[in-house]
Amino acid sequence: MSAEKEVLLDVKDLQVTFGNGKKSFEAVHGVNFQVYKGETFGLVGESGSGKTTIGRAIMRIYPVSGGEIIYKGKRISGKISKQLDKQMIQEIQMIFQDPMASLNERAKVDYIVSEGLLNTHKHMKKEERMERVHQALADVGLLPEFASRFPHEFSGGQRQRIGIARALIMEPSFIIADEPISALDVSIRAQVLNLLAKLQKERGLTYLFIAHDLSVMRFISDRIAVIEHGKIVELAPTEKLFEHPLHPYTQALLSAIPTPNPDVEKNKKVLVYDESVHDYSVDKPSWIEIEPEHYILANKKEEEEYRKTLEQHS
Amino acid sequence: MKQEVILAVKDLNVKFSLRGQVLHAIRNVSLDIYKGESLAIVGESGSGKSVFTKTFMGLLDGNGFIDSGEILYYGKDLAKNRSEKDWKNIRGKEIAMVMQDPMTSLNPLKTIGAQIAEAIRMHQPEIKGKEAIKKQVCAYLEDVGIQDPERRYKQYPHEFSGGMRQRVVIAIALACKPKILICDEPTTALDVTIQAQILGLLKELKQKYDLTIVFITHDLGVVANIADRVAVMYAGDIIELGTCREIFFDPKHPYTWALLSSLPQLGEKGENLFTIKGTPPSLFKAIQGDAFAPRNPRALKIDFIEEPPYFKVTETHKAKTWLLDPRAPKVEPPEAIRNLKNLEVLK
Repeated sequence: MSAEKEVLLDVKDLQVTFGNGKKSFEAVHGVNFQVYKGETFGLVGESGSGKTTIGRAIMRIYPVSGGEIIYKGKRISGKISKQLDKQMIQEIQMIFQDPMASLNERAKVDYIVSEGLLNTHKHMKKEERMERVHQALADVGLLPEFASRFPHEFSGGQRQRIGIARALIMEPSFIIADEPISALDVSIRAQVLNLLAKLQKERGLTYLFIAHDLSVMRFISDRIAVIEHGKIVELAPTEKLFEHPLHPYTQALLSAIPTPNPDVEKNKKVLVYDESVHDYSVDKPSWIEIEPEHYILANKKEEEEYRKTLEQHS
Repeated sequence: MKQEVILAVKDLNVKFSLRGQVLHAIRNVSLDIYKGESLAIVGESGSGKSVFTKTFMGLLDGNGFIDSGEILYYGKDLAKNRSEKDWKNIRGKEIAMVMQDPMTSLNPLKTIGAQIAEAIRMHQPEIKGKEAIKKQVCAYLEDVGIQDPERRYKQYPHEFSGGMRQRVVIAIALACKPKILICDEPTTALDVTIQAQILGLLKELKQKYDLTIVFITHDLGVVANIADRVAVMYAGDIIELGTCREIFFDPKHPYTWALLSSLPQLGEKGENLFTIKGTPPSLFKAIQGDAFAPRNPRALKIDFIEEPPYFKVTETHKAKTWLLDPRAPKVEPPEAIRNLKNLEVLK
């Protein structure tokens, strides 16, 4: 399966450190993953786990302190040429979490959506720009006349669509969606997710989807990486991860998803993850492929245990 | 099962005046809340679920007013309260509230110890002296699962994580010694793991302090966890009311079906998630017929003409839909939600 898939983004030993000297804080410690072209790759973790930091490091908002990020075979972390920089700005776009905060309150939708074009295509004619804005709005299911309105005139779901239009107008091939639906109502959530799925099908987009809620992830992602305290602890295709989650942290995350069945839910025991279950003092953990496509962070002893549980399942 | 009614709402109408227009936010709602139960109120944003509970505490915005109806709390009509002085005896002391966003509901300039102590001084005057109050604050902090209360007492809200802050907010609510605790989406801003912890905590505290909990949420998964009874609100009205099992296993109203179907837990990969078409009706205009009819693909003709009354399903279960009329055609709930009973923990 992996052999014929084209790797779009390759993150190698990524480290992100904030501050320096004594006060420095390493938010991401040596993370490895690959995103294939056309897939939806999910990054799941609690707040503070570093999932947003990884997303922003790929966007080159945060500098990388170790490791590399390779996009379409080219290194995009660290110092890069001006031309590549321009290309990356166009190809990688981002959708943000809070549609109430991520749109400029004082600008009209027209400007919000076309700001990227204004910066990269300086000589584009106004008519052409407007046409692209109208097209982008239509693509996300909004009316072209919305272009002359202000963000406060829209509901949460509509604002999130504007945020998506703003990303689409640059014709990106890779979109980083940072919790795009956690601020929305249940029914509007579904609309935005369906829209993202439709756009992916039509344009062959690749998504890096960042969220904390595994129940939504199960529905949209092809592969999921679970991140905890700046380390990816488990990475697997979605079905495998849900069928036999191995890492205790993944199990804890799964157990926290509410089940819409009161009989089950009321008697459910939520697993609490305790880091001290791992004894890494002597036997250091490493990144192991425990079954095809299923990676886990474990030391020798744990690896044996995980293999045993896998055998029981099969 | 005869239970004591702690709060009875009768034919409540709440209106807001907005730019010369009148918005009818709560439309003739009646509801009994029983002592010691946990009642969940479910609905989309704008359905009026927050406004409804805010009337219990006199917390409506300045332009909102109770047009008619009664809110009887132990026989006293809260709807007649006018002055702040009247409300002082209710707010906190009888009914307390935990708000949605723990980032904004705490005072950033005061230590959390001082904020809890303030509530104790106000509502538990029998506790006197600095030391005694501090001891009590620490006891509450321990109750809500905050470790090392002696040290935490002196810290400011910014030193706490989101889940911890929500615990502090709950501690403040408890320090008021309320009988009813209204939780307005207390977990929406939190992670799933933290959400599970807070829900567990609320259930524990309900036992310990003999609380009645009114839980407002738009997430039905959370409802399954915490609620004894569920009221489903749509366009300012309760359209279905029943025990938790009745709402999940035998829902009657098409809107309840739609809400249940849109749970991401039920989505099939590769297929579109279920969405409710259209938007909720504008409450500036009078609503004719069933408020949900325009968005209901299987609406009957009568749904557009006349408002359905409550039809009784069981002693505890009623729904406002013409589908329950004996003359109505038989409409089955959607496929996806028929097997909720057999739904195991998510796989």
